[in-house]
Amino acid sequence: MDRRTIFNGRLLPVALLLPQLLLTIFFFYWPAGQAVWSSLTTQDAFGQGWVFVGMDNFVDLFTDPLYVASIIRTVFFCLAVSVLAMGVALALAVFADRSIAGRGVYRTLLIWPYAIAPAMSAVLFLFVLNPRVGLLGRWLNDHGIAWDYALNGNQAMLMVVSASAWKQVSYNFIFFLAGLQSIPRAVTEAARMDGAKGWHRFRTITFPLLSPTTFFLLVVNVVYAAFDTFGTIYALTQGGPGQDTQTLVLKVFLDGVINQDIGSSSAQSVVLMVGVIAITAVQFRFMGRKTVS
Amino acid sequence: MKRRTLLATPIALAATRVRAAEKTKILWWHAMTAALADQVNHIANGFNASQNEVEIQAVYKGGYADTMTAVIAASRAGQAPHLVQIFEVGTGTMLAARKAVKPVWELAKETGLAIDPKAYIPAVRGYYSLSDGRMASMPFNSSTAVMWYNKDAFRKAGLDPDKAPATWQEVRKAAETIKAKNAAPVAMTTSWPVWVQMEQYSALHDLPFATKSDGFDGLDAELTFNNKGQVKHIERLLQMSKEGSFKYAGRDNAPDPLIVSGEAAISFGSSSSRGDLVKSAKFNWAEAYLPYDPDIIKTPKNSIIGGASLWTMTAPGRTQAEYKAVAEFLKYIGKPDVDATWSQKTGYVPVTFAGYELSKQQGFFTKNVGADIPVEQLARGTVTPNTKGLRLGRLPEIRNIIEEELEKALQGGQSAQQAMDVAVTRGNRVLREFAKAAKA
Amino acid sequence: MKNRPDYLAHAVLILGVVLFALPVWLVFAGSTQDSDAIMRGDLSLIPNLANLSVYKRVLLDGTMGTEPVWHMLMISLGMALAIACGKIFISILSAYAVVFFRFPFRQVAFWLIFVTLMLPVEVRIIPTYAVMADFGLINTFTGLWVPLIASATATLLFRQIFTAIPDELVEAARIDGAGPLRFLWDIVLPVSRTNIAALFVILFVYGWNQYLWPLLVATNQGLDTIVIGIVKMIGEDTQTDWAAVMATAVLALLPPVLVVVLMQRWFVAGLTEGEK
Repeated sequence: MDRRTIFNGRLLPVALLLPQLLLTIFFFYWPAGQAVWSSLTTQDAFGQGWVFVGMDNFVDLFTDPLYVASIIRTVFFCLAVSVLAMGVALALAVFADRSIAGRGVYRTLLIWPYAIAPAMSAVLFLFVLNPRVGLLGRWLNDHGIAWDYALNGNQAMLMVVSASAWKQVSYNFIFFLAGLQSIPRAVTEAARMDGAKGWHRFRTITFPLLSPTTFFLLVVNVVYAAFDTFGTIYALTQGGPGQDTQTLVLKVFLDGVINQDIGSSSAQSVVLMVGVIAITAVQFRFMGRKTVS
Repeated sequence: MKRRTLLATPIALAATRVRAAEKTKILWWHAMTAALADQVNHIANGFNASQNEVEIQAVYKGGYADTMTAVIAASRAGQAPHLVQIFEVGTGTMLAARKAVKPVWELAKETGLAIDPKAYIPAVRGYYSLSDGRMASMPFNSSTAVMWYNKDAFRKAGLDPDKAPATWQEVRKAAETIKAKNAAPVAMTTSWPVWVQMEQYSALHDLPFATKSDGFDGLDAELTFNNKGQVKHIERLLQMSKEGSFKYAGRDNAPDPLIVSGEAAISFGSSSSRGDLVKSAKFNWAEAYLPYDPDIIKTPKNSIIGGASLWTMTAPGRTQAEYKAVAEFLKYIGKPDVDATWSQKTGYVPVTFAGYELSKQQGFFTKNVGADIPVEQLARGTVTPNTKGLRLGRLPEIRNIIEEELEKALQGGQSAQQAMDVAVTRGNRVLREFAKAAKA
Repeated sequence: MKNRPDYLAHAVLILGVVLFALPVWLVFAGSTQDSDAIMRGDLSLIPNLANLSVYKRVLLDGTMGTEPVWHMLMISLGMALAIACGKIFISILSAYAVVFFRFPFRQVAFWLIFVTLMLPVEVRIIPTYAVMADFGLINTFTGLWVPLIASATATLLFRQIFTAIPDELVEAARIDGAGPLRFLWDIVLPVSRTNIAALFVILFVYGWNQYLWPLLVATNQGLDTIVIGIVKMIGEDTQTDWAAVMATAVLALLPPVLVVVLMQRWFVAGLTEGEK
C-alpha cells in the first residue's frame, strides 16, 4: 500500500515520527522487556532482592491446576460475552434496519450505551441485582430465590457475563446495522420475490453476507471480554467468590498488585502478550488490512 | 484551558516543597475512614498544636491493601512518606524490607529519643517486635476480634439478652434458635473470616497456625492450620451454613454493614466496630468475648491483635531532623491522654499501660459496658508460642488463598479437610517463595 | 410497503431501548431517594423530584472518603481530553510521516509502532507501572494519560485514510510549491475531518472510562477520576451513602453520553467506514 507521490526530506519525517516512537519505546517495549525479565525472577515486594529462576515461574503456572482453570474460565467467559453481546445486537440491528417510523430515534437510543464505562456497567448492574440493595436482587430474595452472587459462583459468573455483554451490545449494533445497510436491496428483494420467508431469507442470504462483519466483531468482542472487562469484574466480584470469576487479566492484577508476586504476575503478562499477538495475527491474516477501534 | 491548569498544579506543588520551611514537615499515610479518620485528624491536629517545630500531615490513601501498594511504589520511586499505617498482616513483608524502612529501635537510638517498649502492652507490642524485644514498628490501632450480638433479636428468640453465649456449642444453639424463630434476617455471620475463625481461633485454643511459633522463629515456617482442631471448626461452620444458621457474607470487612444495621443477630468482627455501633446502631447490642470450644481447651488463651501499626520509611535525602520529627510524633501518640482518647473514641485497644489506666480512672469502662473486653481478652492467661500472633511473609496472599478455598467449600465443592489441605499446600508455596526472595 | 406498522420490530426495539435505559433510570430515580431506605432495599423506580439537592451536595462535598465530585469530574475531563487530543496529534504526525515520505528505516519504524496494536494496556500493566515508578511519574496527572496515548490504533486508521488521498491532490500541491507541512494543514487535515471527529469521540470515551490504569497510578485521592471515585464510594464503608453514589453515577455518565449523542453521525461514520 505505497504511494507514488511522496515528499522529499529525511529530517522532517523522523521528527514527525519521534513522539510516537519515543512513547512506544518507553511505554511498550521497555515495559514488555521488563515483564519478560521479571517473569524470569522471584522478587521481594520492594524490589530490593531478586533471584533469577529461569523458566520456573512459567512451569509453575502451567502445572498449577488453578491457572489452567483460569484459562478455561477466561475462554468460556469470552465466548459467552461475545455470543450474548453479538446475538442481542444482531437481533436489534435486523429490526432497526426495517423501514419503520422513528428509525433514527431508535438508533440514537441504542447507540448511547457505547459511552458507558465497563466499571460503570458494574455499578449499574449492582443497583439492579445486588441482593441487598438492588431492585431485582431484593425482589428475587424476597420471593424465595436464593440470589447472592457473593456466595454463589455460578450466579457471579452470570452477573459478570451479563454486565459485560450489556455494555458491548451498542458497539456491535453499530457495525451490524452498517453491515445490513450495505447489503444491496436488490439482493433481498430478489430473494423475497422468490418466495423466501423472513427467517429463511435471513439464514441463507443475509447472515452469510454479514460474515466479514461477524468475524471482525467476534475478534473485537473476544479481546474486549478478555481485557476491557477488568473494570466490570473487579467492581462487581473482585474475581470471587473463590476464584469463580477470576479471568486471566484479573489474575495478573491480583497477583501483581494485591499479592505482590511480581514474578508470577509478569509471567502471566507474557503469556497474555503471546495470546493477544496470536489472536491479532489470525485476525489480520483472515481479513487483510482492516482498521480496528 | 483546564488541562493546562491541571498540569501546572503538580509543578507548583513541587516548587513549594523546595522552598525552605521553618517547620519540619512530615507526611503520614493512613487507611482510616469515617469516625476513625476523624480521630486520626484529631491526633494530627493535636500534635501540630502542641509544639512549634514539627508539622504532620495525615493523608488517606485508601484501604490497607491500597495503602501498602502505594507505599511500595512510592518507596521504589524514592518518594516514600515518613510514616505509613500498615496492617498487621503486612508486618512480615515490611520486616523484610531492609533499607526501605527504619525500625523503631533504630530510630530511637539514632535520634536519642527514648521509646520504652515496656510501656506498651505485651500482646500489642509483641506482634510488631523482633524476638529479642526490640520494636520494629509502632503499634497504633490495635483491635482484637470480639463477638457482637443483637440483644433485641435475642429477646425475640426467647434467649436471655444479657447472657452472651460463651462456648461454640452455645453459640450454635443460639443461632439455630434464632433461625427457627426467625428472630433476625441473619442468625450468624462473621467479618474477616480468616482472621477471626482461623487465626484468632487457633490462638484461643493454643493451636499452631504455622510451625516455628507461627513464623516468629524463622522463615522456614510451614502452615499447620489443616490440623484436627481447626478443621473441626471449619466443618462446624460449613454445617451451620448448610443448615442456614450461619451466613457467609464475604471477605474482610464486607459483612460489617450486617453488624451495624443489626440484621445479623450474632456476628464476629473487629473491636473497632464499636465506634460505628455507638454512633449509628438503632437497636440494643452488646460486645462479648470470642466463644471457645471446651472440647479442645478448658480455659481459652489470649486472642491476638489485628489492626495496624506505623512504619517509618526511609527515602534518599531524608534528614536527621525529619527522623527526629517522626520520633517526636511517635512519642506523642504514646502519651496516656492521647492513647486513652483514641481508644475510647474508636474501639481500638489502648497500646500503653498508662493509657489503659487513665481510661479506667476516668470511669470509661464502667460507663461503657463491654468496652474493656478487648483488652481483657488480649491480656488473659499466659502467652504461648501459638498466641503471640503471626509472622508470615505475604500473609495477605495466604489469607486470600484460604478465603478462596473456604468459599469453594461453602458452595459444597469440597470438604473442610480438603479445603484446608489445599490452602496449606498453596500457602506453603507462597512462603517458600517469600523466603527465597527475602534471602536474596 | 406501508400497509400496517411493523409491530414486531417496534416491540423488539422498544424492549432493547428499555433494557439499556432501565438501569440508568433506576440510578437516577434512586439518587433522589433516601440512603437508609435504599440500604434496606426500598429502592423505587419513581424519582422524588423534590430531592435534587443530593446533586449539589455531591458536587461540592463528595461523600466520605472521596473528593468533591466536581473535582473528580475535572480530572476525568482533563484526562479524556488529554488522551483524545494527544493521541490524535501524535498519530496524525506518525501516519503522515510514514505515508508521504520515504526514508531509511521507514518500514522498521512502522512495524515498531504497528506491533503495539497487539498489547492492550492491561497486559503490560505491571511492568508499565514499574517503569512509571522508576520515572517518578506515579501519582502525577501526567502519569494518568501519557502511557495511554502510545498505542497504534489511530495511527493505523490515519495511515489508511492518507493512503487513499488521490494523487492529483498531492501533485497539485506540489505544483503550487506547497511544502509537506502546508499540505498537511491545508489539504490532509480538512479531508480527514470526519475521521478525526469520530476518533475524538472514541478516544474521549476511552479516556473517560479508564479504570485499571488510573487505579494503579493515582494513589493520591486528588487524582481520582470519577469512575474510580464511584467504585471507591461503594467499596469503603459500613454506611454507604447510596443516594450520593447514584447521583455521582448519573453525573459520571453524562459527559461521555453527551459526546456520543451529539457527535453521533460522525462517530458512526468514522467507526464503520473502515469496514466498507
